[in-house]
Amino acid sequence: MSKTIMTVDDSASVRQMVSFTLKGAGYEVVEAVDGKDALTKLNSAQVQMIITDLNMPNLDGIGLMKEVRANPSYKFVPIIMLTTESQDAKKQEGKAAGATGWIVKPFKPDQLLAVVKKVLG
Amino acid sequence: MSNVDTDPGREAFKVEASELLTELETSLLELEEAPDDEDLIGRVFRAMHTIKGSGAMFGFDDVAAFTHDVETVFDEVRNGRITVTKTLIDLTLSARDHIRALIDSAETGEAVDETGAGKITEGLRKLLPDSGEQSVAPAQETISQERIEERAVTYRVRFKPNRELFANGTNPMPLLNELRTLGECEIVAHVHDIPLLDEFDSELCYTYWDIILTTTNGENAINDVFIFVEDECEITVQKIDTMDALDDEGDYKKLGEILIERGDVSKEELQRILNNKKRLGDLIVDAGLVQPDEVQAALVEQQHVRKVREKSQKKDSASSIRVPSEKLDTLVNLVGELVTVQARLSQTAVIKNDPEIILISEEVERLTSELRDDTMSIRMLPIGTTFSKFKRLVRDLSNELGREVIMLTDGGDTELDKTVIEKLNDPLVHIIRNSIDHGIESPDERVKKGKPKEGTVHLSAEHSGANVLIRIKDDGKGISTEAIKAKAVKNGLITVDTELSDNEIYGLIFEPGFSTAEKVTSVSGRGVGMDVVKRNIDALRGTVDVESTIGRGTTMTLKLPLTLAIIDGLLVRIKDENFVISLSSVEECIELTQADVAKSHGRHMVNVRGELVPYIRLREWFGISGKEPEIEQIVITEQSGRRTGFVVDYVVGEYQTVIKSLGSIYKNVEGLSGATILGDGTVALILDIQKMTQFVEKEELGSLNNS
Repeated sequence: MSKTIMTVDDSASVRQMVSFTLKGAGYEVVEAVDGKDALTKLNSAQVQMIITDLNMPNLDGIGLMKEVRANPSYKFVPIIMLTTESQDAKKQEGKAAGATGWIVKPFKPDQLLAVVKKVLG
Repeated sequence: MSNVDTDPGREAFKVEASELLTELETSLLELEEAPDDEDLIGRVFRAMHTIKGSGAMFGFDDVAAFTHDVETVFDEVRNGRITVTKTLIDLTLSARDHIRALIDSAETGEAVDETGAGKITEGLRKLLPDSGEQSVAPAQETISQERIEERAVTYRVRFKPNRELFANGTNPMPLLNELRTLGECEIVAHVHDIPLLDEFDSELCYTYWDIILTTTNGENAINDVFIFVEDECEITVQKIDTMDALDDEGDYKKLGEILIERGDVSKEELQRILNNKKRLGDLIVDAGLVQPDEVQAALVEQQHVRKVREKSQKKDSASSIRVPSEKLDTLVNLVGELVTVQARLSQTAVIKNDPEIILISEEVERLTSELRDDTMSIRMLPIGTTFSKFKRLVRDLSNELGREVIMLTDGGDTELDKTVIEKLNDPLVHIIRNSIDHGIESPDERVKKGKPKEGTVHLSAEHSGANVLIRIKDDGKGISTEAIKAKAVKNGLITVDTELSDNEIYGLIFEPGFSTAEKVTSVSGRGVGMDVVKRNIDALRGTVDVESTIGRGTTMTLKLPLTLAIIDGLLVRIKDENFVISLSSVEECIELTQADVAKSHGRHMVNVRGELVPYIRLREWFGISGKEPEIEQIVITEQSGRRTGFVVDYVVGEYQTVIKSLGSIYKNVEGLSGATILGDGTVALILDIQKMTQFVEKEELGSLNNS
């Protein structure tokens, strides 16, 4: 059974790129436009991994990660956050909130797949 | 990953980059007029920046890396630290062309000339205010990095995660698997910290791992694996064995030494234990100093390093030796003799019908064929060295003739017989000269036609069955069949009303004394060249094929046999005489009955599935007396797209032919390329079907002109 990955980002183009790359590598993809949307969709879909942006309206990435870790069924799910080079402090904050790893933007499809492989196996 | 290539994102990037590059060009040209216009400088910078950014995003690493250097310079211009000069504009324009080339090459998969890029980057770096150090440092860095990468080093990695490892979603298994992909790897899990079940918390990680890894990727690659967990885990990477230490120490460290080095046990403790007589590992465990799995890990390490060293030693001793090529030639000759003798042995064995001899003969046959293949493979060399010689030729020629030409090569590792490669040099030089001189237009002309300013000559080699195909492809103006025909009529090669297919017309350029260049240049146009090519390739038992589209370019394909000494032949017989035809040019064998001959009214033509094929009667050619059998055989051959039949009495079958030269007395005999000795000791002549066909054609042409 192919694994399902959720991509959370308010930018449609990033979602499209992530989703295209992952689908090309044989994963199922669920898209969410912000943290709030992600939480709703997590309740209805079984997700094996989350890739989330940090800056989003409604509920940002940090908030989303905290909520997800508080949910018993997603306590151990790998979460990858998308950061930019200048956000080192944000990275620490993200890790404290329960992020498994991070990808620095801009990134290439191959890098994305390497990270997915690293945390999902 | 294949789907990256069809990624719509990449397509979008290409379109976007192409627009940006056009804008960049106009901005640069405007900037040359108005060097102080900050708005223009800003536009140039932004264009570069966007190309770099999205290039990196969509997998155009080379584009991003190269653009970065240009962007750096323009950043300085924007900050007012560098002024806009003609040199800068020139460099940036060529940089823009290079970026385009890089993007195009990603599509076609063709290599891009890196030396040009180097020059541009270097030129740009010189423009930077603090140029001196910056230009030198990166070069050194890359060299030292390469050195590290080449050598396999064994590392000891201890990966001891925090108990709370799982809490942020980390699974250690993929990490260990990633390590396994780096090189030869042994992993030992230390499980002695796992508590009994009633104290066990399933959400905690109690295990830690020792990994012994031999890799050529360097320590950074190992650290990269743990990049997400390095803050939460205790990770130590120690270099324990570089292969150069081999000569100093006989064997790898003893178990005790490893444990001491790891800090698992102290030297004094070890000494005390050593006074007992049990096995060291058991002793240490018994003493309660370490856990059994720690000893296990140390033992694994010891074995791993021993194994890796053994392997590398084997590799060292199995490296190459240099032998003078005459020795190889002698070897090939001897193998040739052996194959002949073996054929006689097989035949004698069959005639004697002695099971014992047949058994021996079969054994010899098997060994001989193995020996033959091995000997042939020794003589094989990659063609790449020849290819790289031509890079220089192309550069010099294009300077001389005022062309701008990029040469690309492919399949340089294709292997060919040493003799073939040596003899291939001249023909290739001629063909490449012709491509540059007659094919590729001058830069102005190309721009006018809407082609890129630089022409390309693409040299490639590939295997195709028992042959190697070498292609020389240019994107010049192509060959005009009309011009060739007109010229050939003028030179008396054909008559005005000769009907020729395109292929036949292209074949005319290989005729002696043929040249279509309007004026003689220093490199071509004197009418020597292509006929030399043809002669040389014929001598190699190869063929030349020409394909050309007006305005698009020309492709010449050389088809060459892998080896010259032994060929697969088709053995045929006329009365008591044996002949061999090279099997590579044989298409099929069909029957020729007396009725067929009667139907064709004296013309030597036969209908092969709707196509008329001319044939040559070998019986007449060699003047062999006697009556032909009721049903004769026609061997249909194909050369340069044309089919010709050869009429023989019987087709005997496939035959491994060891080629013997006929000696200087017979070197002018038309239609024979050598001889071979058959199993029963008789001699069979090898037919040069190409020469025979040409000879007959010439005679026909002559008789037509006379009548």
